[in-house]
Amino acid sequence: MIHASLTELRAALDAKQISSVELATLFLDRIAAHNPTLNAFITVDRDGALEAARAADARIAAGQAGPLTGIPLAHKDVFCTEGLLTTCGSKMLSNFVSPYDAHAVALLKAAGAVTLGKTNMDEFAMGSSNENSHYGPVKNPWDTTRIPGGSSGGSAAAVAARLAPIATGTDTGGSVRQPACHTGITGIKPTYGVVSRYGMIAYASSLDQGGAFGASAADCAALLTAMAGFDERDSTSLDRPAEDYTRELAAPANDRPLAGLRIGLPREFFAEGMADDVRAAVDAALDEYRRLGATTVEVSLPNAKLAIPAYYVIAPAEASSNLSRFDGVRYGHRAAEYRDLAEMYAKSRAEGFGAEVKRRILVGTYVLSHGYYDAYYLQAQKLRRLIAQDFRAAFGECDVIAGPTSPTTAWAIGEKTDDPVQMYLSDIYTIAVNLAGLPGLSHPCGFGAGKLPVGLQLIGDYFGEARLLATAHQYQQATDWHLRRPG
Amino acid sequence: MSRSDWEVVIGLEVHAQLNTASKIFSGASTAFGAEPNVQACAVDIALPGVLPVLNRGAVERAIRFGLAIGANVAPRSVFARKNYFYPDLPKGYQISQFELPVVQGGTITIHVGEGDKAYEKTVHLTRAHLEEDAGKSLHEDFHGMSGIDLNRAGTPLLEIVSEPDMRSSAEAVAYARTLHALVRWIDICDGNMQEGSFRCDANVSVRRPGGPLGTRREIKNLNSFRFLQQAIDYEVQWQIDTIEDGGKVQQATVLFDPDTGETRMMRSKEDAHDYRYFPDPDLLPLVISPEWQARVASGMPELPGAMKARFMEQWGLSAYDATTLTASKEVATFYQATVDAAGVALAKPCANWVMGDLAARLNKAELDISASPVSPAQLAGLVARISDGTISNNIGKKVFEALWNGGGATADAIIEAQGLRQTNDAGAIEAMIDEVLAANQKSVEEFRAGKEKAFNALVGQVMKASKGKANPAQVNELLKRKLEG
Repeated sequence: MIHASLTELRAALDAKQISSVELATLFLDRIAAHNPTLNAFITVDRDGALEAARAADARIAAGQAGPLTGIPLAHKDVFCTEGLLTTCGSKMLSNFVSPYDAHAVALLKAAGAVTLGKTNMDEFAMGSSNENSHYGPVKNPWDTTRIPGGSSGGSAAAVAARLAPIATGTDTGGSVRQPACHTGITGIKPTYGVVSRYGMIAYASSLDQGGAFGASAADCAALLTAMAGFDERDSTSLDRPAEDYTRELAAPANDRPLAGLRIGLPREFFAEGMADDVRAAVDAALDEYRRLGATTVEVSLPNAKLAIPAYYVIAPAEASSNLSRFDGVRYGHRAAEYRDLAEMYAKSRAEGFGAEVKRRILVGTYVLSHGYYDAYYLQAQKLRRLIAQDFRAAFGECDVIAGPTSPTTAWAIGEKTDDPVQMYLSDIYTIAVNLAGLPGLSHPCGFGAGKLPVGLQLIGDYFGEARLLATAHQYQQATDWHLRRPG
Repeated sequence: MSRSDWEVVIGLEVHAQLNTASKIFSGASTAFGAEPNVQACAVDIALPGVLPVLNRGAVERAIRFGLAIGANVAPRSVFARKNYFYPDLPKGYQISQFELPVVQGGTITIHVGEGDKAYEKTVHLTRAHLEEDAGKSLHEDFHGMSGIDLNRAGTPLLEIVSEPDMRSSAEAVAYARTLHALVRWIDICDGNMQEGSFRCDANVSVRRPGGPLGTRREIKNLNSFRFLQQAIDYEVQWQIDTIEDGGKVQQATVLFDPDTGETRMMRSKEDAHDYRYFPDPDLLPLVISPEWQARVASGMPELPGAMKARFMEQWGLSAYDATTLTASKEVATFYQATVDAAGVALAKPCANWVMGDLAARLNKAELDISASPVSPAQLAGLVARISDGTISNNIGKKVFEALWNGGGATADAIIEAQGLRQTNDAGAIEAMIDEVLAANQKSVEEFRAGKEKAFNALVGQVMKASKGKANPAQVNELLKRKLEG
């Protein structure tokens, strides 16, 4: 059961081969056994999970089960969960028990999914390695001396180590796709606006998007279907009819199920900077796609190289403002002693925020300052439009875009912590997708040196989630990388 | 040097609280006076993860304002974040509009002064934009701490910014009053200044006539017209004195102290915040379609300017009367209803009653016209009886008083019950005249000796004898004939 797909778990639950309480217990016990090593969870809610599982069992018994009823899952600790600690990986919110559920959390609760707990993450979702958490780094289940990626590293590690069958994440510059890549699982970030941001603690509002982790594209499709949908409480939520993202997950009709699919390969992604072991795995995956009937075509994203500088203006600018509410006045950390209001602010924030968060607040404050706004913020917005236009042009020539998710496999914990710019550059392939608001997916496609997973990124046109998932699904029908588990 | 050597330049920023039931970005109530923090929802207290959703009712009120002042209602405007830290600003930023406001331009015509010195002036508006209010810091004793009440946080405001077109405190007050009447007229703001629904900031500078603009100081948060006038007058004198004493006015924000009647420094330009405005990524640009604007336009009431013109052109009122009767929505509504009931032919006598006896009586009783005990229909009935000669103007005053005191449902009922109908019976009047002449031979002799006054005394006696019911015109005519005949 630990390694079962959602389809298999659903069948087992419906056939009463296992109860939801038993299933939850199985995963809770695995968390108890492995979390001390992996540090993937900040909060484990055994009582709440068992209560939800009992309710799910009643629903199943009544014949009212939906696709996720009784399925255990974990939430990234960026999602507000009523009655549960919601820390965002920060000391600032280390005492914050949310009085309400995020929209995505509420949808999954209503679907009967069973929340096991809240997963570790880079503080306020700022990071690519999960080393920026107040609760300590998450370890990569494939090699516990290595990072799992970030910022949704806890969710990714939890799914990879089968501490949860599925988990939610958020992706602002690659925070679902990159940890999925480094932990050998599948992760999808949908089109901006598909998952409501209500109750998702904001890092960079115009880039943040909820996403799904699973062992396979099929599992991700089921989770995304349950957590997506219009929400009038989020003005950037897209008012479209609900979608079933599993609808195109057909069994292969023949040995060339992807015939007619045009895969665009951005010249710039394959030029330089990719490690040899990553390149080999990616090339092999593209060969497999061609075997499945797809054709590949070279496309160009000439402005993609500007994505990182644009991102590191826009995201910190928004973050510097979004994080202003953490002032110690109404909730969260407040310094024990202070002489006046200014000192209360200064000390509470100095104590409550970690180094990377402070760095981005400073950068963001600077680029929005009088006299610098035009040179930085407005310029970055122009680059953003250019990058989006590049993708528009590319999708005139192809149906999906493919390339590496990350230029290297998972690096060692501590390796890049002294050099933030090196860390930022590791997100070279994922960030442009957020700037354009497009959907992106990472699936495992082999291993590099040291038996570390390599991920392939698929980028879709707007609202191309179902197609991305179906494409990855066909690949996973023909390969078994997604079935490999860490030792 | 005297004050006349200086020109005063004033621009006003008015914060009008929009009268929506819920807040601009949340569903919490905007009602005034609740216990602290009971009207602050998750969005208002800025819990982690919450998001703003724009209240379209607030936008609609902004559109009404834009249409009322002939402004450009922007088809696309943008909400921006104004970043600063303060305990009653829960998000650490205020959502406002900066580069692209919803209302751009427009004018307001003001009437300044009275009598011969009265004049009209057009004040240009720069813009009006939507924004949210902050909460309140309560600096009473909370065991040495300050209290925060977030009930007001997120209340919708329309910040209305004028050009520096005003040249005296009188003009500034006239503008503020006209604006105040307008926002109530178009029903976007209750105008309650005590509760802070209409607050003025005044930007004041002085210069040599024709010279370049002087450095301005901004007087914050003036919540009465009297304070507005006092604060500007004090500030102007202070700036003139400062310059004439060889000093320089530094750009600053000042507060007016009603107890001392003085303005004092709140912060200098050096202390000014860098608000780091940028478009709020949580809110899409505000798009107002031509259809939406047309829908709002179709629901607009007749505006004071149009109503005034109609009163003058169609009803023959003087400019003074028409201006007075359209100075507030309540007076205009009352007057319109009175004429509707009395008929347009009686528009002028109706105007006289509304501006004269009714206004005086309301003033004495300290009542607003909307609370008048005499209804428009009742007043119309009274005016009709005076006009058709049923009663004299003097008896009319008596009937009015009876209506005021609830002495009858209609003027007709009171006239009947009290037997006040005017006597137009020439025979009866002549009989009364004969009696009066017989009893007042002295007056008759005085009149014949050329004393005009004596005639009036005799008229008075006849009217008295008729208990006021004799038709005064008839009494005059018949008496004259008798005395001269």
